[in-house]
Amino acid sequence: MYAWLFRRLPGPLWVRILLAVLVVAALVVALFGWGFPALAPYLPFDDGMVGATEPPDPAR
Amino acid sequence: MSPSHRAGRRRATGRTGGRFGGAIGILGELLLTLGALLVLFLVWQLWWTDVVADREQAGIIAGLEDDWGQVDADTIAPRQDGPPPVPETPEENKVWATMHVPAFDRATFPLAEGVDLEQVLNVKGAGHYPGTALPGEDGNVAIAGHRNTYGRVFEDIGRLKSGDPIVVETADAFYVYEVTETHIVTPTDVEVIAPVPGKPGEEPTEQMLTLTACHPMYSARERIIVHAKFAYWTKRSDGIPEALADGATASDGGPAASDGGSADVEEED
Repeated sequence: MYAWLFRRLPGPLWVRILLAVLVVAALVVALFGWGFPALAPYLPFDDGMVGATEPPDPAR
Repeated sequence: MSPSHRAGRRRATGRTGGRFGGAIGILGELLLTLGALLVLFLVWQLWWTDVVADREQAGIIAGLEDDWGQVDADTIAPRQDGPPPVPETPEENKVWATMHVPAFDRATFPLAEGVDLEQVLNVKGAGHYPGTALPGEDGNVAIAGHRNTYGRVFEDIGRLKSGDPIVVETADAFYVYEVTETHIVTPTDVEVIAPVPGKPGEEPTEQMLTLTACHPMYSARERIIVHAKFAYWTKRSDGIPEALADGATASDGGPAASDGGSADVEEED
């Protein structure tokens, strides 16, 4: 799959390597910037960091 | 096996199994990709959120200092006898205080109003449970914070011992609280932030402060709760409270430094 994609990239080898690196970098930026922050609330790790009350807030 | 037999077999796998092999190959690549994504997610969660939150919090603290003016960190402010001033009810999601916990590695962090993850806890530092007491009032100043990730303001909460100071700094005053108790509860035990901790519905007569964070580390299964009791307050314009002076010298390191600290304390008393 990746080999096939790599072969589809245009240009000589060094251009293709550069392109591949850029694509991966862009993907990481997108994940760090939007992907993971959007995903995090649905995962259990960080959930109720808020301590005793999440929404219940008796005082609210 | 005869050579011809083997060749035939190879041809067979080359044709029918070729497609099968290709599918396995793609599956393998997808699994590798998934693994890489998981690792990337951990990097983001455990490291990058800290980087972002630390930068954000440093900016907030600098901004507050600009607004409130510089504190004279070389002068120990005298304890005030009168009733402590009560800050105005803060706006939602707004930072209204700086917290100092000398026992923590990151001893200073912002305190904002609210416990919303996206608006407060993930970006600004610690969060004050809305509707709980404000410093200077009878009741329980309840504060939540992350123990891991997003700047982890309460990372070292497990280190707090009885008597350790927790200081809230507002525009006008330093409020010094001293730790009384640490315990572990389940996430639904909301009575720990009741005006009288552990006794919901009772009229408060004391000024308490409660920190809540996740427990154990890297999990949200339980909560670690630290209660502290109001000790004294000082005017911000007078300098820093002695609780912070001790903390500062202690973190500078060594008994040599603490000599100066205790001398100051004696003078002050």
